[in-house]
Amino acid sequence: MTTLPKTTTRKLGLVIDLDTCVGCHACVTACKGWNTENYGAPLSDQQPYGAAPSGTFLNRIHSYEVQPAQGTAQLVHFPKSCLHCEDAPCVTVCPTGASYKRVEDGIVLVNESDCIGCGLCAWACPYGAREMDAAEGVMKKCTLCVDRIYNENLPEVDRVPACVRTCPAGARHFGDLGDPESDVSKLVAERGGMDLMPEQGTKPVNKYLPPRPRDRLDEVDVLAPLLAPVAEEPKGFLGWLDRTLERF
Amino acid sequence: MHPAASVIAFTTLSGAGFGLLFWLGLGLPAITGWAAFTFFAIGFALAAGGLMASTFHLGHPERAWKAFSQWRSSWLSREGVCAVAALLSMAAYGAGLVFFGTRLAPLGWLGAALCLGTVFTTSMIYAQLGTVPRWKNPLTPVLFVSIALGGGALLAGQVTATMALLALAGLVQVLWWRQGDRALADSATDMASATGLGRIGAVRSFAPPHTGTNYLLREMVHEVGRKHAARLRVIALALGYAIPVALLALPFNHALAAVAVLSHLAGIATSRWLFFAEAEHVVGLYYGRR
Amino acid sequence: MTHQPRIDTSPPVSDEVRKTTCYMCACRCGINVHMKAGKVAYIEGNRDHPVNKGVLCAKGSAGIMQHNAPSRLRAPMKRVGPRGSGEFQEISWDEALQIACDWLEPIRKTDPSKLAFFTGRDQSQSFTSFWAQNFGTPNYAAHGGFCSVNMAAAGIYTMGGAFWEFGQPDWDLTKLFILFGVAEDHDSNPIKMGIGRIKARGARVIGVNPIRTGYNAVADDWVGITPGTDGLFILSLIHELMRAGKIDLDYLARYTNAPVLVNADPAAPEHGLFLRDEGGKPLVIDRKTGRPAAFDTPGIHPDLSATHEVDGITHRPVMHLMAERYLDPQYAPEAVADRCGIAPDKIRRIAAEIARVAFDEAITLDREWTDFRGETHQTMVGRPVSFHAMRGISAHSNGFQTARALHVLQILLGTVEVPGGFRFKPPYPKPVSAHPTPHCHAQPDCPLDGPHLGFVRGPGDLALKPDGSPARIDKAFTWENPMSSHGLMHMVISNAHAGDPYRIDTLFLYMANMAWNSSMNTRGVMEMLTDRDETGDYVIPRIIYSDAYSSEMVAYADLILPDTTYLERHDCISLLDRPICEADAAADAIRWPVVAPDRPGHAGARGFQTVLIQLANKLKLPGFTGADGTPTYTDYADYMVNHQRKPGIGPLMGFRGDGSDTGRGAPNPAQLDRYIENGGFFVSHIPEAAQYYKPWNMAYQDWAVGIGLFDTPQPYVFDLYVETMRKFQLAAEGHGARQPPDHLRDRIKATMDPLPIWYPPFEDAASDTEEFPIHALTQRPMAMYHSWGTQNAWLRQIHGHNPLYLPSKLWQEHGFTEGDWARVTSPHGMITVPVAHMAALNEHTVWTWNAIGKRKGAWALSEDAPEATRGFLLNHLIHELLPPRGDGLRWSNSDPITGQAAWFDLRVKIEKAPPPDESQPAYPPIKSPVGQGPDHLEWKVGA
Repeated sequence: MTTLPKTTTRKLGLVIDLDTCVGCHACVTACKGWNTENYGAPLSDQQPYGAAPSGTFLNRIHSYEVQPAQGTAQLVHFPKSCLHCEDAPCVTVCPTGASYKRVEDGIVLVNESDCIGCGLCAWACPYGAREMDAAEGVMKKCTLCVDRIYNENLPEVDRVPACVRTCPAGARHFGDLGDPESDVSKLVAERGGMDLMPEQGTKPVNKYLPPRPRDRLDEVDVLAPLLAPVAEEPKGFLGWLDRTLERF
Repeated sequence: MHPAASVIAFTTLSGAGFGLLFWLGLGLPAITGWAAFTFFAIGFALAAGGLMASTFHLGHPERAWKAFSQWRSSWLSREGVCAVAALLSMAAYGAGLVFFGTRLAPLGWLGAALCLGTVFTTSMIYAQLGTVPRWKNPLTPVLFVSIALGGGALLAGQVTATMALLALAGLVQVLWWRQGDRALADSATDMASATGLGRIGAVRSFAPPHTGTNYLLREMVHEVGRKHAARLRVIALALGYAIPVALLALPFNHALAAVAVLSHLAGIATSRWLFFAEAEHVVGLYYGRR
Repeated sequence: MTHQPRIDTSPPVSDEVRKTTCYMCACRCGINVHMKAGKVAYIEGNRDHPVNKGVLCAKGSAGIMQHNAPSRLRAPMKRVGPRGSGEFQEISWDEALQIACDWLEPIRKTDPSKLAFFTGRDQSQSFTSFWAQNFGTPNYAAHGGFCSVNMAAAGIYTMGGAFWEFGQPDWDLTKLFILFGVAEDHDSNPIKMGIGRIKARGARVIGVNPIRTGYNAVADDWVGITPGTDGLFILSLIHELMRAGKIDLDYLARYTNAPVLVNADPAAPEHGLFLRDEGGKPLVIDRKTGRPAAFDTPGIHPDLSATHEVDGITHRPVMHLMAERYLDPQYAPEAVADRCGIAPDKIRRIAAEIARVAFDEAITLDREWTDFRGETHQTMVGRPVSFHAMRGISAHSNGFQTARALHVLQILLGTVEVPGGFRFKPPYPKPVSAHPTPHCHAQPDCPLDGPHLGFVRGPGDLALKPDGSPARIDKAFTWENPMSSHGLMHMVISNAHAGDPYRIDTLFLYMANMAWNSSMNTRGVMEMLTDRDETGDYVIPRIIYSDAYSSEMVAYADLILPDTTYLERHDCISLLDRPICEADAAADAIRWPVVAPDRPGHAGARGFQTVLIQLANKLKLPGFTGADGTPTYTDYADYMVNHQRKPGIGPLMGFRGDGSDTGRGAPNPAQLDRYIENGGFFVSHIPEAAQYYKPWNMAYQDWAVGIGLFDTPQPYVFDLYVETMRKFQLAAEGHGARQPPDHLRDRIKATMDPLPIWYPPFEDAASDTEEFPIHALTQRPMAMYHSWGTQNAWLRQIHGHNPLYLPSKLWQEHGFTEGDWARVTSPHGMITVPVAHMAALNEHTVWTWNAIGKRKGAWALSEDAPEATRGFLLNHLIHELLPPRGDGLRWSNSDPITGQAAWFDLRVKIEKAPPPDESQPAYPPIKSPVGQGPDHLEWKVGA
């Protein structure tokens, strides 16, 4: 259904830790692998061995350079996939009802058999979370691995999205952001989790944990006192050594 | 945004077609028989032809009928419903004029309203998108409707109305460009808000996710040179608005009117190309591009 | 009312999960290969596996595209066109093996050293070296010489182990983790996991690297050091820490050779050597008695400060020499700051932070343990500062001494093998004395006299012929690079082409892309491989090459033996060479064919190790042939199970004997089945009391003997001072029977210092640093590994071409804008390449991603692939030799101690250039022996 549910029972989503993401792209190909083989049409690739390889990916890692007013520039790796917004504009624009937000968990999905491939939902998404598959002509997007997280054929511990399961640095967390007592909600509260483009009014469920302050050693006032010398030359050092060894 | 030929053709032609049908619905010009047939045929060809063109960019045109279902929330669905209702009511109304020489005026009014509604719903598909600040503007439906009314009047041979409406549309066009040029900057969305990293410092895209291109970049990131755009705006203004008005100001002549129509359609197509090509989707910010 | 489609949230995931070991890089993670209808459907990490515990990197997760790559070789091939053309004819395996035997057999019968057998990305070195040893050639090594031998050798000579496979930070307890140089490409998942754990606890990570990407991007503090100066920076930290007395004296006295007495008489032929007792044990002064005693005497308290006189010659403890060396003002922060590109205050702050965490935040575990001198300790004290480094500091001509400096820093702080510090993984710690020495004595029709590679103890162990000339084609273990424990693969082609030290007949390479990204001086190597002598024959007469894929090197070989993909083969990741152990456990693993090699319509691929066994059987090599002349092994799986190095000790430690023995036990025919049932690996945990202080902890030593790592306990102390190096210096000073050539004496004296020193990279002295003021580096992206990634349809979309990243200063100075190209010139070559801007970069450094650039026609890519048109290699700018000095000698661009290729010494200059049609230099296409990949993929094997 195109209209959004007023509320969802749960708000399943991801918390992505920008302090920890090393930009390895593991989540990108784990996602590509799972979602090529599973939900809906495979994520196709055009010119996979040619001059302009280009395929469908549901999760991509950007890199940004951030220059603070003072100090050295920083690099931030920035994974981006569907944020499963509470007010998902991609859903309401859909003319066929193919796009919908699930009442039970808030996951935004595309029912591919109803998708006409008009592309309007991708236009409506500020985040670039939807990609039209060039081979299948339907809109593909992150399903939050809806075919993993409830999958009784998987061990319980594996019932998480493929990107979360594979992330080597542990920079991706999955859970119910509607439950203030969930681990992910606590993480968001502790670390000041933020929305992307809050002004767009989409109310993203996925949150981003900002990088912790960098280069604090360069700030004199937070530093432990510098080392006091015990000696300035070898002779003095050996004297200190003797004195110190006496105490052993 | 990628200026797709099918969508430019669709919005240009169907806008003019529904504009023409609007005037016919009002009984202007008051015609029956073969004359009516000709006018209605042109109107239907443009309106329906444009609709057909719009299906070319669909991944699955065979499922297009499903698009009528979501009229409660989707402007695209409303457009479809409106367009079909407009075409059906205008068909019945037109049949009365062509075959029975009878004008069912209330049906004509209803059809005219639906025609305008179709153009309005088309414009709202764009005007609703907060992701494209240039489009998210109350002037967007005004622009679309005024162009459709002006173009329709031109096709319907309503000289005075055409001159007034095209002049108005031209004015709206200029205002719309002026507002659009600062829309992205005026919006609260920038790389800082897109990444949430603005609180640390100035954000710059260091590397895109993939070295090659992708659907998002092809579809939503289109960079037009500023000089090129300025030139095209002059052309659009001249062809779409000024020349048709000037030609109509001359003593009426069918050949001149035909030139005016062609000039108008070419100008509006140019304007529509710019409408897409100049439109900055905020997703471009993630790529450090517009 | 809303209604939602009903979707199946519990679809079947696969018919079967087959667990094996990844091989997309050298990390060796456990993988679950999900099968549908006999085909590979999905690959994920194995949660039970000790290396990756379920996670998997981008490469591993894209393994399905690697396994199915269109670049897979499909049949043995013999060359029919000229070398380098790529023109081949497919042949049968019988014919291929016969050709190889026809070439190899006469060599073995007459002069086995005419075969040079070198393996690239190999992890079965104990097997390949066993083959080479039984063939009898001295010319064998793997790729460590151009990879990270400085790191490995410096670690082993200093403390009996190094980073990566040798050990790891104590991820759970460390409070400060300092990472030096590019390290993203080895041990990649464990380090990512470790950094994640550290950050989750809020502990601090400091990155020391000219480039702030990857791990350095997430580091809390970044030190944008100038390349090649890490050693100087580390010695300055040591200066500051010693000056402040922030070193662990108790640890130094007990567990290192800091108290060992050194001959201090400059006139003595033993100057700089240890004072030893009759049994050869180094002596220390016992503080209790004030008398000398062997360092390991039970009950003694070695004195760090006391000197001792013997026959009028003063002997001073190593600690004295260190104080003299490192308290010198030449190592003061002010003195090094400019060269390192780090402000003096920053050096001081880092030293202070290290000291604060090591000494003020020390941790204590209530675990009783007994040391090798018999003393029982109630607790385990830890200094929670840990370090890691890999190729970044290693691939310089001062890399060995720099790596030594880093290890000495750790030891001074007392952070090695303690809670929160750096911990060894079995079979390490392992002292130099437990390693073999190199062997090089080749005779016709005979095996070599022992293992090729090892650790020299002095000039007597060099691989020299009686006339003093190098015994090995790569000149490993010669006066040019005496401690080259991994060989010098990067010199093989150059030396073989030059006939220096001698000519060879057959070059046999495995998985080493020497005609492209695995060589310095790529164009030169292509020319050497195709060069002909006056008779029109190739100067390197025969080249056999084995690879799974259509790499650039394939075109330059005469005979191709196609290897399988990693999912089609047997392998063992063995305690005999490079296992997958953790600090708390010994572990090994296997690969097994989760799918059969399948190349329809072609002769097919065979696992390279099996092909070596088939060759050994045809050649009837000793070690592979029973007393009755019949083959001992049918294939590699057979070898993995039944080979015994020593009675009861084989390649795999698990499920020996009746299946219940670990480490030692008779071969078990069901061993591989048991490994497969167990997920493809085996783990044996170290008892809790043995988990720290391993080199000195008798509980660990006993465990190691029990599992078969050693035959007797091997406790030792760390070598802050490496006496072996002093022996080479003494030779250079004129002492001893084996003497270096005169032209090398000064260099040996200067560089083989037994205490860590820093000297500028050789390239700086050999080239004009005014003309070439910029350092140029490469690093591998985390989503790619060497050239393998490019054939992978998913990974090549992430890295399809590579810009040269320029720091802000150069970017602005030259007026670059986005889309510009630059001409980059080194003393050796010139390239023209696309550039991009990066602010978080050392201001004297440019860099790019390694091995993205491709030769047209390779890897089953189209000839207009971006890898070939916009991608590029920095290798064209690097030479395996230093610029000629006019002395007629060939000085290699290597570390003078180990021979490690000095990739990162490269210096360049940069100019803006008009954009060419494609990156320069461009080479003509090679003919693809496997055609080109399909133009679209919709990869789904299930319904």
